Amino acid sequence: MPAAQTDHLPLLAARGLSFARNDARVFGPLDFTVDRGEALLVQGDNGAGKTTLLRVLAGLLRADEGQVDIRGEPARSLARAVTVAYLGHLPALKADLSALENLEFLCGLHGRRHTQSLENAMAVVGLAGFEDALARQLSAGQRKRLSLARLWLSPAPLWLLDEPYANLDLEGIELVNRMVQAHLRDGGAALVTTHGAYAAPPVRTRLLTMERLS
Amino acid sequence: MMLPAAKALLLRDLRLLWRRRGDALQPALFALLVIVLFALALGSETQTLSKVASGVLWVAVLLSGLLSLDTLFRGDAEDGSLEQWMLAPVPLAWLVLVRTLTHWATTALPLIVFAPLLAELLHLPRAQLPVLIASLLLGTPLLSLLGAVVAALTVGMRRSGILVALLALPLYVPVLVFSAGSVAASAQGLDPAGGLLYLAAGLVLALVLAPLAAAAAIRIALN
Repeated sequence: MPAAQTDHLPLLAARGLSFARNDARVFGPLDFTVDRGEALLVQGDNGAGKTTLLRVLAGLLRADEGQVDIRGEPARSLARAVTVAYLGHLPALKADLSALENLEFLCGLHGRRHTQSLENAMAVVGLAGFEDALARQLSAGQRKRLSLARLWLSPAPLWLLDEPYANLDLEGIELVNRMVQAHLRDGGAALVTTHGAYAAPPVRTRLLTMERLS
Repeated sequence: MMLPAAKALLLRDLRLLWRRRGDALQPALFALLVIVLFALALGSETQTLSKVASGVLWVAVLLSGLLSLDTLFRGDAEDGSLEQWMLAPVPLAWLVLVRTLTHWATTALPLIVFAPLLAELLHLPRAQLPVLIASLLLGTPLLSLLGAVVAALTVGMRRSGILVALLALPLYVPVLVFSAGSVAASAQGLDPAGGLLYLAAGLVLALVLAPLAAAAAIRIALN
């Protein structure tokens, strides 16, 4: 389908989405949409199911009820894979490979925008000069930045960011906000989970507050 | 999309292997150890040795494959790589297949290349060597593919240890029987083609089905 026909449809829409683990409901039912050019800030306490929600949206977990639509169509795995870029708690970096080699593999796996070079993306996230450093020698914050570089190169329009501010210094938080801002300006969208409102990107934002279900 | 992803995975695995070449050598060294010990223990009885040579070679290769089986997906599960595999725009089964064949090419293939030397050590009659090599070439990828399913099933466990071996051995037995059977048949002057054809058929089936089964197991294990 040409992009023009689907542009007015929300990039991602969840309808009555809920997830249960061992018959105990983790979240839901939730209804929300994310349009191009906007960010959805998912807030909630620890254990409110923010990470689980993102994993369901990414397709790593299967929802018990409800539906996820991508551009108005029920999400199939390929549509999901080319639409969604997921930044989770695990960085998916190999300790014995250099930063650049890790990035090269992840971009080979997911595909990438060819307007940017790998080195360029590393400079954007403030890792210029660390190309040949092994991933094991990077700090937790630098590893996070490397994951952000992967995201920056990803062609996927929807970013699912699970606690992107964790481990980052003030300048890193600023970097995430700048990246989200630029991504939204290019017609992308982002879902950002955070347990506090201390660092929201300065963009058109919707808020989804999740309560812990007991 | 499928080929660039396969190329990236292959390149990554080869680089990782080179960085940790000491670890990568261990299965092959283990197989070498078993074979040399057998040769030493039965050194004076070349008659006996040449009779059991093909069996010993096969068991050594099989056990060394078991040794490295647990590492097939474990590292990738622990650092979150498997998550990214599942999110990639290529089928998970395809990545599993590439990973498994890389594993085979780096653990079993070197042993097959050196099989003529090892066979000489065990006084294997030279006439049986081609059949032995053929059975190894057909049988070891089959072992790797079956092993991948078992490794995928146990990837969700913190430590699987002996469980992998217990689950894999019953699946390995038919492969061993047909491989050793074909070499034994050729030793008796019979046609070894029957066993080899069974191995080939098994390999074709496993090439198609094992990656699908392993991918399904990984999805379940990471839930």
